[in-house]
Amino acid sequence: MSKTININVHHITRVEGHGNIVVNISNGTIEKCQWQVPEAPRFFEAMVRGRRYDDIQTIVSRICGICSISHSLVATKAVEDALGLKVTEQTDLVRHLMHYSEQLQSHVLHVGYLVAPDLFGEKSVVPLVPKATEAVKKIIKAHRVANQMSALLAGRITHPVTLTPGGMTRIPTEQELRDLKKTLEDVVPDLVDICKVVLSVAGNLPAFERPTEYVSLRQTNPFYKNNLSAYSFYHGDITSTDLNGKADMPVNQWENVANEYVVPQSTAKWAKWHRDSYFVGALARFNNQAEYLSPLGKTVADMFGLKKGCCNPYMNSVAQLAEAAHVVQASLELIDILLTKGLKPEKLRVSPRAGRGYAAVEAPRGILFHAYEFNKKGECTWANCCIPTNQNHANIQNDFEKLVPQYMHEGQDALRQKLEMLVRAYDPCISCSTHYLHVEFVK
Amino acid sequence: MTKPRVAIFDFACCEGCQLQIVNLEEDILNLIELVDVVEWREAMSEQSHEYDIAIIEGSITREEDAKRLEVIRSRAKILIALGACATIGGINRMKNNFDLQEVRSCVYGKDGAMPHLNTQPTKACHEVVEVDYKIHGCPINNAEFARILRALLLGKRPFVPDYPVCVECKARETICRYEYNEICLGPIIRAGCNAPCPAAGFRCFGCRGLVDNPNLQAAQEVMDKYDLTVDDLKQKMVLFNTK
Repeated sequence: MSKTININVHHITRVEGHGNIVVNISNGTIEKCQWQVPEAPRFFEAMVRGRRYDDIQTIVSRICGICSISHSLVATKAVEDALGLKVTEQTDLVRHLMHYSEQLQSHVLHVGYLVAPDLFGEKSVVPLVPKATEAVKKIIKAHRVANQMSALLAGRITHPVTLTPGGMTRIPTEQELRDLKKTLEDVVPDLVDICKVVLSVAGNLPAFERPTEYVSLRQTNPFYKNNLSAYSFYHGDITSTDLNGKADMPVNQWENVANEYVVPQSTAKWAKWHRDSYFVGALARFNNQAEYLSPLGKTVADMFGLKKGCCNPYMNSVAQLAEAAHVVQASLELIDILLTKGLKPEKLRVSPRAGRGYAAVEAPRGILFHAYEFNKKGECTWANCCIPTNQNHANIQNDFEKLVPQYMHEGQDALRQKLEMLVRAYDPCISCSTHYLHVEFVK
Repeated sequence: MTKPRVAIFDFACCEGCQLQIVNLEEDILNLIELVDVVEWREAMSEQSHEYDIAIIEGSITREEDAKRLEVIRSRAKILIALGACATIGGINRMKNNFDLQEVRSCVYGKDGAMPHLNTQPTKACHEVVEVDYKIHGCPINNAEFARILRALLLGKRPFVPDYPVCVECKARETICRYEYNEICLGPIIRAGCNAPCPAAGFRCFGCRGLVDNPNLQAAQEVMDKYDLTVDDLKQKMVLFNTK
């Protein structure tokens, strides 16, 4: 047993953005155990002031390159809330599909490219190419299919251009949707194979557990409640595993969910709701809505023994796999609904008005909140964004504090590996630097 | 023959341009055959101080980042600015239109004065160090990225268009956004993206930056034809600071 451990991971790799892990153990005593975020702040909420309501989604999608669709969608919804705009059922369905394309893309990227190397004992996906060629090709294919779906529905793969307050600038054609349906049906067996490959090394996921609060959306929309989209990424109220029978929180109250607070040893504010930290992401969605997963999503969860109430953060990657299977089936269902109804061109009529609007969607890595205020000319006067990784920082720190004493007997290298894998499991998106994201510790 | 060593670094940005490299999908397997990727934090755990080609994503907003970029420059034979944040400052440059102290307190309240929230006017890479090549766009067009990288590996100077987006809209027969009474920056913005935004029903907002010598007279004529003013156009140029 090693009694002295010094871990200093500067800019942890295979995550989006910059984070540090610092652990010092001297003679068996933990002197320091910290998750730090030194990302350059980018001040989006200040920059959008003065910009018109129809430029907001274009600006804030740049908060994150991986979840740009989620940022654009939530911004568009918040602007629509402020301006009192209702969208058609068709627009809502197409936006749902676009959102699913990002969940699939991001989950495949995260599990396939960023997490799998740890499970195979490699430093990146590159050495896996000769080692598991077929599996890597299937991961690439699933990623490509998701991106093709984004390109069709969002106009580009990253930073969508078809979203605009009040509707869509382009609705896909029926033929395009039929082609997309075929492509998605074709990728289902590949996804199952990818899950089997991950399952073969899933024994390398640490069996670490720490009960915490899980926060996500819960579906309220009557139309989607009756189909696979009952497992909500896009509509609904804010729910939690800690509500104990209390009512879910409406989205316009999100500032009362993501309560920011100061930690004694930190200059940054973290988020808490019912306890001193909470978890957002695939595992939170699963823990709140597992019964609504599609049949294939449930099959994948069962393959890995993932059950509602799971409190092992490393299982977030497994929940992502279940969701990847789920969103393909949910997408196929929505495509059928759109094709049955027939696609119609839409006319946009938007006039600005003064007001404040709130919205939430589930980004692949957890619930995402935006809010904006506009003057009567439609110029933004105030903005507030709260991103999922920001909400997870305190929970990561709390996991560190339970994990380090539990595993320090394994020695420095094994402990560092577990800590790095833990951060990756959260699928952090640190460069989403907006509000109070910048976490630094008093030394 | 030893393969050129490539390292990819990120500064203030959304990391979406790196993602476009991943989004080459199957073709990335061919590209990594041609080079030796020695550092790429977002995708791999290896790190290196020795590389021939440095690819820089993001803009420079802090003194420590400027210093880091200078070190990278001193080690690299070729330095490529990747994406709008690196080539023109990108969306981050909107910050420069405000008083930076006020920006800090706007986002961070009373904590805005803390030293770790220091921020400087956003700079593109070429405003800090010498840049050899620029790959434009927010995000980059990854086919263009692959083409430019292959040209460099062959020792050729890569072709980057110096004509406006309108040329590509015409080529793909997209109906002009001005016909829908929208202000589009296509007449003055550098092509090379294959104009995906107008084709998806959305105006060009200028993410690739201005062409080298924008034809202002032509832009003025477009404005006149549609009863718009140059001020209307300039309003739309704020996003990517092409005004």
